[in-house]
Amino acid sequence: MPTAKIRVKRFNPEKDRKPYWADYEVPYEPFDRVLDALHYIKWNVDGTLAVRRSCAHGICGSDALLINGVNRLACKILVKDIGTTISVEPLRGLPVIKDLVVNMEPFFDKYKQVKPWLINDDPTPEKERPQSPEQRELFDDGTKCILCAACTTSCPVYWTTGEYIGPAAIVNAHRFIFDSRDQGGQERLAILAEKSGAFRCRTVFNCTDACPQGIEVTKRVQEVKRAITVGGI
Amino acid sequence: MIEHEYDALIVGAGGAGLFAALEASKAKDLKVAVLSKLYPVRSHTGAAQGGISAALGNVEEDHWEWHMFDTVKGGDYLVDQDAAEILAREAIETIYDLEHYGLPFDRTPDGRISQRRFGGHTHNYGKGPVRRACHAADRTGHMILQTLYQQCLKNDVHFFNEFQVVDLLIADGACYGVVAWEILTGELHLFRSKATMFATGGWGKIWKVSSNAHTLTGDGAAVCWRRGIPMEDMEFYQFHPTGIYRLGILLSEAARGEGAILRNHSGERFMERYSPTLMDLAPRDIISRAIITEIREGRGVDGKDYVHLDFRALPREVLEEKLPEITSFARTYLGVDPAKDLTPIQPTAHYAMGGIPTDIAGRVIWDEQNTPVKGFYSAGECACVSVHGANRLGTNSLVDILVFGRRAGRDMVRFVREEAAKGKITASPDRTAAETFQKLLAANGKERVARIREDLQVAMMDDCGIFRSDEGLRRVLGVIGELYQRFEKIGIEDRGRTFNQDVLESWELGCMLDCADATVRSALNRQESRGGHTREDFPNRDDATWMKHTLLFRNGADYKFTYKPVTITKFQPQERKY
Repeated sequence: MPTAKIRVKRFNPEKDRKPYWADYEVPYEPFDRVLDALHYIKWNVDGTLAVRRSCAHGICGSDALLINGVNRLACKILVKDIGTTISVEPLRGLPVIKDLVVNMEPFFDKYKQVKPWLINDDPTPEKERPQSPEQRELFDDGTKCILCAACTTSCPVYWTTGEYIGPAAIVNAHRFIFDSRDQGGQERLAILAEKSGAFRCRTVFNCTDACPQGIEVTKRVQEVKRAITVGGI
Repeated sequence: MIEHEYDALIVGAGGAGLFAALEASKAKDLKVAVLSKLYPVRSHTGAAQGGISAALGNVEEDHWEWHMFDTVKGGDYLVDQDAAEILAREAIETIYDLEHYGLPFDRTPDGRISQRRFGGHTHNYGKGPVRRACHAADRTGHMILQTLYQQCLKNDVHFFNEFQVVDLLIADGACYGVVAWEILTGELHLFRSKATMFATGGWGKIWKVSSNAHTLTGDGAAVCWRRGIPMEDMEFYQFHPTGIYRLGILLSEAARGEGAILRNHSGERFMERYSPTLMDLAPRDIISRAIITEIREGRGVDGKDYVHLDFRALPREVLEEKLPEITSFARTYLGVDPAKDLTPIQPTAHYAMGGIPTDIAGRVIWDEQNTPVKGFYSAGECACVSVHGANRLGTNSLVDILVFGRRAGRDMVRFVREEAAKGKITASPDRTAAETFQKLLAANGKERVARIREDLQVAMMDDCGIFRSDEGLRRVLGVIGELYQRFEKIGIEDRGRTFNQDVLESWELGCMLDCADATVRSALNRQESRGGHTREDFPNRDDATWMKHTLLFRNGADYKFTYKPVTITKFQPQERKY
């Protein structure tokens, strides 16, 4: 079986003063994911390695990591596809708890700021609220978001100023602003027009590249900026 | 222990738990909290792909009675029909609820919720497939999870994320809360609550090839079993026909609903032989058995243990628009383009039909007389109400978890208001959880958790999978006995307090062993073949002896089976043919 060198940035707050690199020689099958390589280390070499994961096929959003310098889901990228030396680090811009585990609370706090729920105060009809396939299509992209934080933590603006609400929150606001059933668009646009909002984006496109769901993140952010500028959708 | 007190406490943040929390949070005077071992949107409800059924009749004629019949027949008549009627009727209002909460269902050209075909769902009591599954591309479960989480945020539900529940607080036949291990700090917490609910998911990780998340280790079921609650119908476990070869990742039945077909080594559409009417849309137990039969008789591809799922006749826009996730799975994990290449699949461990026994209000029961455990509820995959009987139909998992999660949430509110004692709860836990974690943190034996887990997964796959026999089940039971002994001699490496997954995985392994133990003993006990439980030594369904639910109790080293009658209302058992 071929082997890959997996370099993992380790940090144990109970022992280490600062993070350090640890190297592991890991055998891999052609269908092994980077997550499988991390499991190999945990289960065979060092049981103290900490990494969040659950579904292992790219839908739960637990294992977004900085892999070979770019944000990827460890379960959605194969070892054979990215070379024989692979570096794995925690996401940037969020406080490290232990090894590859970061504190996600600041990320979810930003998400909550955009009121990510359907706002509609009309009495509910007996059946569904009608929506045409064309209206449904307008906000489809944002519904794919799995809140893995790969986009927000790849953004240089987010790194330098933690104030920026970040692309994930904007995409989730977009998902409601452009939903024909929602009545909270103006409220959200006002939140995103603030100093920490959408205009912090400098269209670097890291977020779009990082999204494991293929969401056109930067494009959605631009659509939100335009809606703010013209005063609505 | 750090102490907390709530009116309603929900363990698990998948579809069932979040719907219950949402219902309970509408009672503004109640203190409601959700505990999850994960972050809320990480739960495995999010992996459900194809759809959620309800007889809306949006694209063709449909009736809830047809849905109920399909559910009963699909479950090989072991379904409790009072529960199945609720499932089929309340599915409709549940779908409209979800739509009103903002769920982005796909739409028909006239703006209604779009519906598609799914295995075992028929019109006119089995005459042919019907379009009943409502969907949001092949991300239906993801959208359900997101929508319910959003609504819980709107209602200010309090979340305790990354708390592993490790024990139940039970006294005098009633439940007063849980003990939980905070993963971040390694602290034990005591949560007292007037009403408690387990929506903790399944245990699919006890098999080697599985569609389940790594975290689906049967914790909730095991914790209940250890506190004297029986496990119902554990012998019935579903293998989904189409998992990605070797990885087990699910390729939704929606693929076949949209027209993909199964082919053996010679390219033959073999389901024509097994199910002349529904063919590739027959229920899952039938297709999984057919695939294994093809492989055993030498018709697997290249003589190996897989067959092909063929998407090639589907227009590319159907793949891109209606099945984008599974198209991406095939590309990412197999390197195949489903529009041009055949996709290798094999059956994968998928869903527990059995579990923690409940009544139709979601109340957990102690025994075959349906005596409720006061203040204790369960819904979702971990629970058995039983709407799936011996085999679950595709999409009915989402219907079950939402319909009965919603009911449990409502009944918890009623219980807190009408039945629960007023004032502070005084019950306190014994030393079990504290001693367990002390012992795990100090474990310094030679056995490795990962080896024991893998040996369990392989043994379960070999001898307690789709085809079972007395000989094989006794063999795997012997293996489990040895694994329990090895588990006593494990060593761990992480002795820290912070995010100690070494200890967490060790504790989870104990739960997996319990779930496997209950499954194998129940499978050995039931000497017939029904739905997802196929005994090669008892190939026929035996209604005279076995038209009953299994309850398996464990008390130390003693095991006891009792039986509960199946509730039959509208549909008398018949031979099951498709």
